Amino acid sequence: MNIAVCIKQTPDTETRIKLTEAKTVDESDINFILNPYDEFAVEEALKLREKFDGEVTVISLGPDRVNSAIRSALAMGADKAVRIKAENIPTDPNVTAGALATELQKGNYDLIFLGKQAIDDDHAQMPALLGAKLGIPAISVVVKLEVEGDKLTAEREIDGAHEIIECSLPAVIGAQRGLNEPRYASLKGIMKAKKIQINEIDAELSADQLQVVEFNYPPEKSPGKIVGDSADAVPELLRLLHEEAKVI
Amino acid sequence: MFKGFNFFSTDELLSEEERMVRDTVRQFVTKRYLPLAAAWHNKAEFPLEVIPELAKMGLLGVTIPEKYGASGSSYYIYGLAMQELERGDSGLRSFASVQGSLVMFPIYRYGSEAQKQKWLPQLASGNKIGCFGLTEPDHGSDPGGMRTTPRKTEKGWLLNGSKMWITNATIAHIAVVCAQTDEGIRGFLVETDRKGFSQNEIKGKYSLRASNTGELIFEDCFVPDENRLPEAKGLSAPLSCLNEARYGIAWGATGAAMACYNEALKYAKSRIQFGKPIAAFQLTQHKLVEIASEIVKAQLLNHQLGRLKDAGNAKYYHISMAKRNNVHQALKAARSARTILGANGITDEYQTVRHLLNLESVYTYEGTHDIHTLIVGEYLTGSSAFR
Ligand SMILES: Cc1cc2nc3c(=O)[nH]c(=O)nc-3n(C[C@H](O)[C@H](O)[C@H](O)COP(=O)(O)OP(=O)(O)OC[C@H]3O[C@@H](n4cnc5c(N)ncnc54)[C@H](O)[C@@H]3O)c2cc1C
Ligand SMILES: Cc1cc2nc3c(=O)[nH]c(=O)nc-3n(C[C@H](O)[C@H](O)[C@H](O)COP(=O)(O)OP(=O)(O)OC[C@H]3O[C@@H](n4cnc5c(N)ncnc54)[C@H](O)[C@@H]3O)c2cc1C
Repeated sequence: MNIAVCIKQTPDTETRIKLTEAKTVDESDINFILNPYDEFAVEEALKLREKFDGEVTVISLGPDRVNSAIRSALAMGADKAVRIKAENIPTDPNVTAGALATELQKGNYDLIFLGKQAIDDDHAQMPALLGAKLGIPAISVVVKLEVEGDKLTAEREIDGAHEIIECSLPAVIGAQRGLNEPRYASLKGIMKAKKIQINEIDAELSADQLQVVEFNYPPEKSPGKIVGDSADAVPELLRLLHEEAKVI
Repeated sequence: MFKGFNFFSTDELLSEEERMVRDTVRQFVTKRYLPLAAAWHNKAEFPLEVIPELAKMGLLGVTIPEKYGASGSSYYIYGLAMQELERGDSGLRSFASVQGSLVMFPIYRYGSEAQKQKWLPQLASGNKIGCFGLTEPDHGSDPGGMRTTPRKTEKGWLLNGSKMWITNATIAHIAVVCAQTDEGIRGFLVETDRKGFSQNEIKGKYSLRASNTGELIFEDCFVPDENRLPEAKGLSAPLSCLNEARYGIAWGATGAAMACYNEALKYAKSRIQFGKPIAAFQLTQHKLVEIASEIVKAQLLNHQLGRLKDAGNAKYYHISMAKRNNVHQALKAARSARTILGANGITDEYQTVRHLLNLESVYTYEGTHDIHTLIVGEYLTGSSAFR
């Protein structure tokens, strides 16, 4: 089975974003990691390779620093890697999807995995965009996957229920937490990853149709209110929750 | 998440690969071990369920070659991994130390090819657990006088005697046992299901509770000739294994110190007394600065020790000095950090007191602090104060 996993490098989940004077994100102190949802994608690809044999190729788009996320995926066990060189990761998901789709078309992949969303800009558009551009089915927020022959059955989370979808291969799968338990890289995997050459390719990116005007910090939360410290305060608390906070 | 301690930019000393190993083990400890660390300590049990995970990451037998199913990594990487494991709990690191340095290493270094083929892959995969029996009830710091004796029979040996304070004693499948033959100290591989072999767990430990410790008893326990480690001759063999483990302990203790420092710093910044965070008081700052300085010194010591070890130039006295210094400083750091946590610091809501208790064992095992003083002292002065 020939599998591709599209991965993104994102800031660590605990990053406190700092803004520059020009209201862009200050990257100087950021610890970058492999997007956590992409870890589920890599794990699922590796599990399928273990079951059916084949190869797992990771593909990422971005500047040099992105290679460390690629190395993380290689250390988990992916076989090959491609980096589409770009000065920045585009803010318009459509631009990234275009470049990824061009690369994916070269590979004749049976399955394409990616996280259901990246934890930085949270667009959650990539699975659908790739499906559309490649003209193949795309299923996202997948928590369970079974592949048999050239068909797959995916279970996805929807509001209050699970939806079960079947389609034929090739297909795009957006991984959700719960799909699997991503493995920790092994020492051997890490040493092997170092030796794998990342295939770095140039690409023409289309023009951004979305423009980020500026970033702002979220408004400061107003301080909480302590209404008392004994049972006597309960009626007042109920009144406030009902009348002011309007949550009950 | 725990970010380590990069005050002197020591991260720059690491290769990308070394950093990845450290960060991977760190993540594992944060996500998989720490949430249950207090529970395992309280239950006084080593969590067997983590063994397959340690094995999959390649943390059992880090420096043993790949052809035996192990990782074939550098000693530097071994050190970093031990640092991160002990940041979780000394018991977790002890398990990996014993399996890798005291069971797999002696088989690799002193075993026959058949013994290596038979045992190393199974030990690397965690399917088999090992223990190392050197200490006896009456022979701790002075193992040369050990009284476990094998008597030669036609096809093997009959072992009699007992070993005390043995990590993994009652969970092990195989014991590497040091015993006194007519020709001096020799090493034997003893499967724990052999007739005449029994084990007892030591209960009531206040320290290293999340680690299995016990006694090995041999009563006419027959061990065939092929179970003797052919190359292990004399006390220098077990001491060479201890050197491997002590090397890892020097790194491990530093991990424990970092955990305590980290916890105390965070607490000091948020705990308000007299209208200020306690971190703003001179006394608290003094404590934190002392701990931080000792961590930096230990990091730099470990760094150089690791590079020496990989170059084949780490001597026993280097390792003794590092074990002695780093464990002692970690223990002091844990005590001092504990005071910063006030009354909260005596509960299992915080890690520091657990590290403090654990480090008391680490201070004593693998050569007590005093014995390492005497080893280094002997080397520096040319006069032995203990032999
Ligand atoms: C939790 C735990 C796990 C252990 N795991 C193992 C294991 O897996 N395998 C194994 O073989 N052993 C193991 N040990 C045993 C450990 O190595 C011994 O406890 C250690 O060597 C000290 O021996 P002892 O306890 O008999 O103390 P002793 O040797 O009796 O020492 C008591 C005190 O006297 C001091 N002392 C001794 N001789 C001198 C001297 N000449 N000059 C000055 N002071 C001296 C010591 O420093 C110490 O302070 C473990 C111990 C513990 C606590
Ligand atoms: C087992 C146990 C039983 C107890 N029993 C009782 C009891 O029966 N009745 C009772 O009333 N209390 C009791 N206590 C509470 C005890 O008296 C307090 O824990 C103690 O006063 C310290 O307060 P704290 O724990 O809030 O620490 P904190 O006051 O928060 O102190 C934390 C750290 O900051 C340091 N610090 C604080 N202020 C300064 C400063 N200005 N300059 C420099 N350093 C500073 C402290 O020395 C300490 O190291 C008990 C505590 C324990 C652990």
